[in-house]
Amino acid sequence: MATSSSDSAALLDIAEVSKSFGSVEVLRSVSLQVAKGEVVTVIGPSGSGKTTLLRCVNFLESYDSGSIRIDGKEVGFRDGGQRQRRSERDLASMRAETGMVFQSFNLFPHLTAAGNIMLGLTKVRGKSKSEARAIAEHWLGRVGLAHKADSLPAELSGGQQQRVGIARAVAMEPKILLLDEITSALDPELVGEVLAVVKSLAEDGMTMVMVTHEMAFARDASSRIVFMADGGVSAVGPPRDVLAAETTNERLRSFLARFRASHF
Amino acid sequence: MLGQIAYALPFLAQGFALTLWVSLLVVVLSLIAGVILGVGLVYGPAPLRWAVRIFSDTIRGIPILVLIFFVYYGLPAVGVHLQSFWAAVLALTLFKTAQVVEYLRGAVASIPKGQSEAAMAIGLTFRQRLAYVIFPQAFRRFLPPWINGVTDAVKGSALVSLLGITDLMQAINQVIGRTYEAMPLYILGALLYFAINYALSLASRRLERSFAFIRE
Repeated sequence: MATSSSDSAALLDIAEVSKSFGSVEVLRSVSLQVAKGEVVTVIGPSGSGKTTLLRCVNFLESYDSGSIRIDGKEVGFRDGGQRQRRSERDLASMRAETGMVFQSFNLFPHLTAAGNIMLGLTKVRGKSKSEARAIAEHWLGRVGLAHKADSLPAELSGGQQQRVGIARAVAMEPKILLLDEITSALDPELVGEVLAVVKSLAEDGMTMVMVTHEMAFARDASSRIVFMADGGVSAVGPPRDVLAAETTNERLRSFLARFRASHF
Repeated sequence: MLGQIAYALPFLAQGFALTLWVSLLVVVLSLIAGVILGVGLVYGPAPLRWAVRIFSDTIRGIPILVLIFFVYYGLPAVGVHLQSFWAAVLALTLFKTAQVVEYLRGAVASIPKGQSEAAMAIGLTFRQRLAYVIFPQAFRRFLPPWINGVTDAVKGSALVSLLGITDLMQAINQVIGRTYEAMPLYILGALLYFAINYALSLASRRLERSFAFIRE
């Protein structure tokens, strides 16, 4: 039961997931498979359920029906089909397998850049302080912030904070990295430095699911693009197909038209 | 006059020590109980939240003197007999606990939700999230009202004299009863209470400065 028998290539397997907030159905039977090393970008108008879907993958949100599996293992519920929520300890160790980067950074303000990265390494991965420090320094170097290891978040620019946020997530060596509109809160001139980091991670083969409004970046960096509308997957495919101007998908066409008018 | 007061000093010192002892007990016990109940109020299941809510609102709505008399004179009616000292400590602790619950709730509620989520996302358990992410940040907001509450507890402890416990207040009253030197003795008492509380607020200011890591 625990090992996936069907599609062994799918690292992340979202199957017919539905969720409602009260009477509002935010996810309608969403299915999506992501293979190892793939970069999947989720686009769509606000309120289409993109962020909610992402938050279901690491069970920051629960869902009402369907299943989400990572490496064949159901994320939020115990195996055995009873939809019994996992224990707190189980959930924590499942969540450690996915990294998440947030729109509002959410760095821990009382810890330094290195401290932010070391917390999970020492408390979750059980590494010694010196090991964790070395890993933190390695990743801070990767995101170009080796010299900021001992700075507090308040001393960093937005772009620097978000790069620490990325380093904090990837240092845990997650199977999948979830990126939730990570450049939306940044000043335009700081977006590039963050996207460059994401791009280099993609080149290293990191499996990623990201929600973004950066269409040009989505086109260049994604293996596939998912277009969501009204809580469902409306279109999915390689960037050049989904972003093609001559699409027959009415919703997608009007979404892209609005984007071209303001962004391209 | 001074000779009489000097003669009474050891007795007053005992009262002073008892005031410190009652205050310390109340402060420590209410801190432990208040933090546990406060966490229950913020994160607990609905029935627990309701229970804590009702406890806190009820206790805070009762004058502390009524609470002291209730515990000492009222509880024996249901078979609970406490020595006057422990009745006083229990009553003051209940009162303080209800306040600590509110300070904790306020301090934790002031931490943005994203902090918990980021802590969850890296795989920290509930206890780890509290210990390493939420409490270190909430502490700074918890401290100032709590220290205020501690000084209130020291002052409020004078009420235990009404149960015949020889704390500083009671000791002073007894010495006045013998010497009729009300003014100098009350001044001495006021100075002693003030000394405790002034020391506390100095300590808290120092503590607050050392936790000023978040620039807002």
